[in-house]
Amino acid sequence: MDVGLLAQYVMNGLMLGMMYTLVAVGFTLFFGVLDIIKFSHGDVLTVGAFTALATYIGLRSAGVSSTPLLLLAMLVVAILAMAALGMLIARYLVMPLRSAPALNTLLITLMLGTVLRELVRLFYPQGANPKPFPALLPTASINLGQFNLRLDNALMLAAGGLAIVGLQLLLNRTKLGLAIRAVAQDEETARTMGVNFTAVVLITFAIGSALAAYAGIMNGLYYNEINFGMGLYLGVIGFAAAIIGGLGSIYGAILGGFLFAALQTIGTVALPFASAYKDVFAFTVVIALIAWRPTGLIQEKISERV
Amino acid sequence: MSEVMQKMRAPLLPGVVALALSTAYLIALLAAEKQALIIGLLAFAVVAVLAAHYLGWLNLVSRSFADQEDVLGIYAILAACVVAAFFHDNHFVLLLFVTVLLYTVATLGLNIQFGYAGVLNFAGASFFGIGAYTSAVLSTYTAVPHLLVLLIGGMLAALIGSLLLVPVLRTRGHYAALVTIAFALLLKTFLEVNNVLGGPQGMQVKGMSILGWSFNDNFEIGKIEMSFYLNYFVVSMLLLTGTFVLVRRLERSWIGLNLDALRLDEIAASCFGLDIARWKITAFLLGNFLIGIAGALFGMVGGFVAPNNYTFADSLIMVSILLLGGIGNPWGLVVATFIVVVVPEKLQTIQEYRILLFALIVIMMLLFRPEGLLPRPVRRYFPGWRA
Repeated sequence: MDVGLLAQYVMNGLMLGMMYTLVAVGFTLFFGVLDIIKFSHGDVLTVGAFTALATYIGLRSAGVSSTPLLLLAMLVVAILAMAALGMLIARYLVMPLRSAPALNTLLITLMLGTVLRELVRLFYPQGANPKPFPALLPTASINLGQFNLRLDNALMLAAGGLAIVGLQLLLNRTKLGLAIRAVAQDEETARTMGVNFTAVVLITFAIGSALAAYAGIMNGLYYNEINFGMGLYLGVIGFAAAIIGGLGSIYGAILGGFLFAALQTIGTVALPFASAYKDVFAFTVVIALIAWRPTGLIQEKISERV
Repeated sequence: MSEVMQKMRAPLLPGVVALALSTAYLIALLAAEKQALIIGLLAFAVVAVLAAHYLGWLNLVSRSFADQEDVLGIYAILAACVVAAFFHDNHFVLLLFVTVLLYTVATLGLNIQFGYAGVLNFAGASFFGIGAYTSAVLSTYTAVPHLLVLLIGGMLAALIGSLLLVPVLRTRGHYAALVTIAFALLLKTFLEVNNVLGGPQGMQVKGMSILGWSFNDNFEIGKIEMSFYLNYFVVSMLLLTGTFVLVRRLERSWIGLNLDALRLDEIAASCFGLDIARWKITAFLLGNFLIGIAGALFGMVGGFVAPNNYTFADSLIMVSILLLGGIGNPWGLVVATFIVVVVPEKLQTIQEYRILLFALIVIMMLLFRPEGLLPRPVRRYFPGWRA
């Protein structure tokens, strides 16, 4: 195969992997502090993307036409709104069910995801149809043989990478990050050490949901289209990525996200069957991986308490 | 001795009255056409059930069901037959009714997995779909007798499910959830892109016929024209009765006791010498087998299968039925399936909003009554024993 074409596939895979990673990191953060899976995460992403689109349309009709300003406004509004939504979900749906079986939390967040999805479909103007998303990044591109490096893709990749690095620094270098890690390690001990448990949980949910909004906008900019069902798909993939990487570990989420994208790319390019089978292939490998490593590739440390 | 036990038993009457009332109500609800009337009837049901709860009548009913289950079971079958007879020429209502029966069979299978053994399965609709596709393929390309097709549908669902056994047995908790979720997505995508199985358009399924009796023709008894769905009603009812008895016997037997122990504490159970893997495999395969049979029959009833009917969202609806009814209680499942299948179909005015409302109701249930409408009672070790 041509090197340029190969580079093109690698670039596409990296873009997908970055989006999956941003979603998977959310799953892993929530799991860290509360030991739960929040399945509405993907639909928070959808709502974030639609909030950004609504902000764009609103500002355009108000006469703002400067592209950087628009993009900034979209990011700020969507991220803040989703952070607030994430906190509300944590406070009123997830925390009340802390003593209930894990299945109940899984179901309540799944159902909440359905509610969010349906709300977008029913109440966003013509929400059932796919919406065009504005291309706000410079679209210049560099041609290297068959490889066409688009500037907007490179920018998005860099922005995603920055977000992950920023999160990593936040978790490892700040007092807040220390509190989050303390709660993730042992809730009771963290409480006795004076960590405000509720606040830490809410902030963690805000951070995770903000990342989802970020990924939603990125998804919109990449495909130039958003629809009400996109979050479900991305959510399931993000969940799968977080699990095969190993829940509770940021590195696991990154590994899982890029691994899943790699599997899809390999399924499209390198395998003898039609590219439509790429998801069948990716999910088959996911099931095989989980059978091989039942607690993920970067294994969570668990000891059985009797 | 037996006289004493007889005296200690709760009376039959409350159960019979409750059955009669719900049958009459069901007929009224299914017959109602005007939206205002339907909404009124639903509101009435909510108020009536709450009132009965506060007056303590529901307690009497559940005791009556607990003590006189066998007799009341026969009455329940009679009640179902009365409803079917009342709508003997109404295709739509009978189809709805058969759907409820078959979904109940499927959720009973799921109940063995979630409710007794504690094995997660978020791909219920996928196994249902495997059954349906089996009947589509076999009835189109082969002349296998149709009752055998049902059996093969179940066996194939169990067989394909057995491919997941290694990951299901090795994983716990959220990791285990991923296995079946990934499978649900995998199967749906596979069905969509596979041309042999009709792709996204799906396949036609031939109607059932047994010994030359074609199920898809209307027939007459005396001079009364009967809907052909009545045929399917009879088969579905037989299937449901068989499954219900099986699940109930299983629950009461030592196998059920083992499964309960396994769900409540795996480590403790294995310390007492229970073979964890063996019982998990039993529950997973038996559950999928039942779901597959129900799916195979459902394919024939609907006459059509397509990947979009067997998505992850449909699996979630099945799990919601389980939770709504009260995990582990087969009677609760029957009630919950009726609610989840019938109410959205009747409330056409809210057609657009029904998924939204349904999701909101489940959220409310989980927040305020997480044990379900009819929670599973404590296991009874002796006749007449009360916790």
